[in-house]
Amino acid sequence: MQLSREQMLQAYRRMKVIREFEERLHVDIATGAIAGFTHLYCGQEAVAVGVCEHLDVEDKIVSTHRGHGHCLAKGCDVEGMMKEIWGSREGLCKGKGGSMHIADTDVGMLGANGIVGAGAPIAVGAALAAKLDGKGKVAITFSGDGACNQGTTFEAMNLAVVTKAPCVFVFENNHYSEHTGFDYAVGTQKDIASRAEAFGMQVWRADGTDFFAVHDTMRELLDYVRAGNGPAAVEFDTERFFGHFEGDPQRYRGEGELDRIRATRDCLKNFRKNVVSAKLLTDSDLDEIDAAVLDQIEAAVAAAKAAERPTAADVLTDVYVTY
Amino acid sequence: MAQMMYRDAVRSTIFEAMEQDDRVVVLGEDVVGGMGTAGGPEAIGGIWSTSTGFYDRFGPDRVIDTPISESAIVGAAGGLALAGKKPVAELMFADFIGVSLDQIWNQIAKFRYMFGGKSTCPAIIRMAYGAGFNAAAQHSQSVHQFLTAMPGLKVVMPSTPEDVRGLLREALRGDDPVIFLEHKALYGVTGEVPDGDYTIPFGHARLARAGQDLTLVATGLMVGRCEVAADTLAKDGIGCDVIDLRTTSPLDEEAVLDSIEVTGRLVVVDEAPQRCSLATDIAALAAQKAFASLKAPVEMVCAPHSPVPFAAELEREYLPSADKIEAAARKALAWR
Repeated sequence: MQLSREQMLQAYRRMKVIREFEERLHVDIATGAIAGFTHLYCGQEAVAVGVCEHLDVEDKIVSTHRGHGHCLAKGCDVEGMMKEIWGSREGLCKGKGGSMHIADTDVGMLGANGIVGAGAPIAVGAALAAKLDGKGKVAITFSGDGACNQGTTFEAMNLAVVTKAPCVFVFENNHYSEHTGFDYAVGTQKDIASRAEAFGMQVWRADGTDFFAVHDTMRELLDYVRAGNGPAAVEFDTERFFGHFEGDPQRYRGEGELDRIRATRDCLKNFRKNVVSAKLLTDSDLDEIDAAVLDQIEAAVAAAKAAERPTAADVLTDVYVTY
Repeated sequence: MAQMMYRDAVRSTIFEAMEQDDRVVVLGEDVVGGMGTAGGPEAIGGIWSTSTGFYDRFGPDRVIDTPISESAIVGAAGGLALAGKKPVAELMFADFIGVSLDQIWNQIAKFRYMFGGKSTCPAIIRMAYGAGFNAAAQHSQSVHQFLTAMPGLKVVMPSTPEDVRGLLREALRGDDPVIFLEHKALYGVTGEVPDGDYTIPFGHARLARAGQDLTLVATGLMVGRCEVAADTLAKDGIGCDVIDLRTTSPLDEEAVLDSIEVTGRLVVVDEAPQRCSLATDIAALAAQKAFASLKAPVEMVCAPHSPVPFAAELEREYLPSADKIEAAARKALAWR
């Protein structure tokens, strides 16, 4: 199905926001301005956006430690996220969560997660809630090739199948679980989708660096799940442009690997090439977005730097609703 | 007032909540029982008979019989709660927190805090705990000490049918994650239950016996054993306060401290081993905040530092008994 001009511009803009948000984090982390453990999503933007463009606020997602892209794609506020990662009390989570725990339940974003594989059972719960409500909503769990080896993921897949929960298992295979290669760590030596298939799910596979492939695949998959057929899974082959965490020396990369994937597997470059050559959008349409996004990120960083810091009294708030 | 069994208090309170609030959902292993068998749904009705009849009344979307997947059970409860439901998950045995701990400790306990107070996670995780059934090391443990140590969780340990109803209602109406610990040896105990829609606030201990000479502090099954010891001591003219904490998180510090101020002598009884336990926690509270009132060293009657043993003789030795509590009380009373 052909996307409208507005839809294409929006998708590009969302991917670009993720890219520039993180390229900027990469710089501010390297200088020490931002503290903590940060895991960048750069390279995988087409997956988050290609999935989330099909969702509304009543659809839920559960994310991972590499969650900025999912949060932004689902509609978390850019400035609120930047403030959070800078540790401000004006942040989306009041500076209590940081990079690995960004959430905004108001937009259906049920949390990034510092524990690999922890998100899948939570998504099944959200899917069971959606099933109970009977409005055709879904819950999506993003997992990587690392999380696909966790028992929680297996438990969640089976529970979703048994209960026919409208849950979608999105596996982003970026070929690395932390610092270990997919070929070593995924025992099937084949793919992740076949595992989901073995649990009794219908599965899809697509190139995760091609926004249009992701978007088309998800349309078909979500039609299937929203129709009440139970859970489904999809594996997107994608690329991680940075290390496991910021500061990772990445000695496990092959020679020229990073240059090669940046040159040939960049979802933003590929998007531009596709839409410009097909005369769907022009370079200047996209250049305009690029400039606006850079301004937006710059403004978010300035706001984060100026934002109020938490105080000692904040430590003990929000542990409970009632004490 | 009506007579009601502890297990029926659990069952009826959840049933009533499901009738009143369609957000309440039950899930766990064999909470329906018999799924996929010749016997069919409800062939078992929950192994503790705490969900009998739920499936027939509320159907499969609200009474979710799960595979043996404790991480998925607790995690799904977390997801249901974040999505606006009120899940009541059952871990068949408290010992199974081991295979679901991440979801309890790193997930449901922390969502609200990590997310800056923007979300609530009103998940109730029920679990049967405690020794006394020759169920050995992996089906008999008391686990409250671990869970009480986790910020974000509320931990409830009712000792009577009356308290089960009041405390479980409180959990169901609250917005925080609650661990609801049901002692296996209490399921068959019958007690008076008030009529009406009462709740019992968390962090308010119950004074099970009142006296001036000694303070006994306990939870769950140990409360009854303290009462037996207190009644024996009463025959010698010794009066004991028996404080049933009801909840270990939040903790009613005031009830403990007020009693020590009068009695000056404290015996803490705990079904778990003593090291890093509820008993040492209460002893530390007394040392820190009631030092001037204490007339004797704090006595602790706890399980030994061993796994729960199988053989009847060994398990009897493992559990704090009324005799041991009485002996500890007399020791505290004899000091100077």
